[in-house]
Amino acid sequence: MAEHVAHPAAHPALPEPDVAREWLETMTIIRRFEERAGEMYAKAKIGGFLHLAIGEEATIVGSTRALRDEDYLISTYRSHGHTLARGSDPNRVMAELFGRVDGLCNGRGGSMHMFDLANRFMGGYGIVGGNLPLAAGFALSSDYLGRDEVTLCQFGDGASNQGTFGETMNLAALWRLPVVFMVTNNQFGMGTALERHSAVTDLMRKGEGFGVPGMRCDGMDVMDTYRVTSEALAIVREERRPILVEAVTYRFRGHSMADPEEYRTKEQVDEWRRRDPLVVFGDQLVAAGILDEDERERLDREAIERVDAAVAFADASPHPPPNALYDDIYVLGDQVRGWYSVDERTPTPHRGEDERAMDTADLPRDEHTDVAAPKSADAAQRDAD
Amino acid sequence: MAVLRYREALNAALREEMARDERVMLMGEDIGVFNGAFKVTAGLLEEFGEKRVRDTPISENTIVGMGVGAAMTGLRPVVELMTINFSLLAMDQIVNHAATVRYMFGGQVKVPMVVRMPQGAGHQLGPTHSHSWEALYLHVPGLLVATPTTAADAKGLLKSAIRDDNPVIFIEHEYLYGQRGEVPDDEDFTVRFGEAAIRREGSDVTIVGISRMALTAARAAQTLSEEHGIEAEVIDPRTLRPLDLDTILESVRTTNRCVIVEEGWPHGGVGANLAALIQEQAFDDLDAPVQRVTGADVPMPYSKPLEQIAFPHEPQIVDAVLATLGARA
Repeated sequence: MAEHVAHPAAHPALPEPDVAREWLETMTIIRRFEERAGEMYAKAKIGGFLHLAIGEEATIVGSTRALRDEDYLISTYRSHGHTLARGSDPNRVMAELFGRVDGLCNGRGGSMHMFDLANRFMGGYGIVGGNLPLAAGFALSSDYLGRDEVTLCQFGDGASNQGTFGETMNLAALWRLPVVFMVTNNQFGMGTALERHSAVTDLMRKGEGFGVPGMRCDGMDVMDTYRVTSEALAIVREERRPILVEAVTYRFRGHSMADPEEYRTKEQVDEWRRRDPLVVFGDQLVAAGILDEDERERLDREAIERVDAAVAFADASPHPPPNALYDDIYVLGDQVRGWYSVDERTPTPHRGEDERAMDTADLPRDEHTDVAAPKSADAAQRDAD
Repeated sequence: MAVLRYREALNAALREEMARDERVMLMGEDIGVFNGAFKVTAGLLEEFGEKRVRDTPISENTIVGMGVGAAMTGLRPVVELMTINFSLLAMDQIVNHAATVRYMFGGQVKVPMVVRMPQGAGHQLGPTHSHSWEALYLHVPGLLVATPTTAADAKGLLKSAIRDDNPVIFIEHEYLYGQRGEVPDDEDFTVRFGEAAIRREGSDVTIVGISRMALTAARAAQTLSEEHGIEAEVIDPRTLRPLDLDTILESVRTTNRCVIVEEGWPHGGVGANLAALIQEQAFDDLDAPVQRVTGADVPMPYSKPLEQIAFPHEPQIVDAVLATLGARA
């Protein structure tokens, strides 16, 4: 497979051995994590939608490794890889997929809505293009507070057709905000091919009319992605103006798990699979003498073990208790002490914070979900009396 | 006490909070050089500079979204939208993001942001600039909703909104901008969310008036007293989320009758919601069905006479009160 890279050892951007190994490790963790997530979805351990980033690992790792710890990263509904690359504990990412209490978001967000503030992973978002204004807002904060941070905003080729794309490009350029917008061009907006959804297919040029210059990287090549993203980040940090980077990549799996992939040919998928970023980069490291085949295998085995442990952790983590239903809707305090709400669980109006007083242990089990079903506050009160 | 117009009271609140907290900053269309479409932000650009008072392009969804992002990362943005109708362009950022991120990310972030916008009919601005949509925002868990009626409440509630850590939809009223009222000078004067104001005491019927309708209801109450010998208690909830239902229920338990007045549409309105809450909580205390007086179920027409009959005035409130007392005139 190494024939795609003519002179791997002579590649100008090959990083230090430790760094190179870490990149490959992270790409491998993401790959193995996504594969196992797919299996867990098939076993109904994971609900809802599941969007895998298999094939896009070089784009994810190459771009996030160009960030400093204090920089902000924001992504989309295809974001397990981004949060893992940013340093999130795989256990907690898998637990979030399982909807469990130990998930990154306590089981409230699921696959499409990862978030890890401690690692400045500022979220996966389910609304296509909805994350662009937020990214500009992070950059506005950085600028306003006089901080050196930069925001990297990842979105797909499909999002480049949303109104927020043009609006945010314009505002970011107008206000000279430190954002690198990275359009991950994986060739399809869900099942609609790039040339069928965008009049301009040269996506790096799509910001030019708004005053945002473009750059492009080979998103299948982790070194090229790192090099171009680093350059963009340096310009943005220094010159305080946004740049749009197009990362040309491909997802090997469907848009989501519910995708029969009738919009593309097996030949096209196979063609791209020959450029598998893990294989290409691994081959390069072996050719450069940074890694031998045994180490390469061990690295893969360790990734599988790490992901197995994450599955075990997620499976053992409890579902959120029913009395967590109303947590974190509001910041409660002296000003907002609760809010009136009525629903079928609590036929009398109640203030939200009263939900916390419900006793979980006494609640009846719901056999369909194996989650303790809440009963009315009245019933809980009667039991308490 | 100083006598200020409602818009001046809002302006004072913004000025004081910006002086009090460096993180408070303003964004909106024509709020700076133009001094605001309704002059609420007059003089603030001059006083605080372009860093803190930002004229924006006409991009409602992105302005609000930037506010959400900035609030998530340490600022306390106050975003102005020129009318409530334009806020529909920002509905994605308001509902899917501002109201939701704290919950869906397991409480890791907060969104201390205020989105200010005026609403209301009466200026012949037609079907895209005149609506009253507090009910749209009341519907959304995660948002706080304020509907100040007096100049003092405009100031006190806006200061509370800016200091609160939750996203606040702050609904002003175009008619009220020019109205004068006494406003405390004290810079620490605030009005706490979730505390209704009893505008007039009475024991025969409770009238709940939302936004401008609290004033219209108070005038109707005066007429009821003078012409019919009926003493109405007039309650202005001031905030709809959180809602001071206790004060309303306490009044209804005394008067046994309730009329709810709002400028917005009837279906799924504030009154529909409140009537349901009252019948659930105080059914046995009611001597008559809860009455609603609402805006007409139409887009707001331009024609002056049509517009005037499309939102409530005193006579409709008086009629509704008489009906609930079984004494329709």
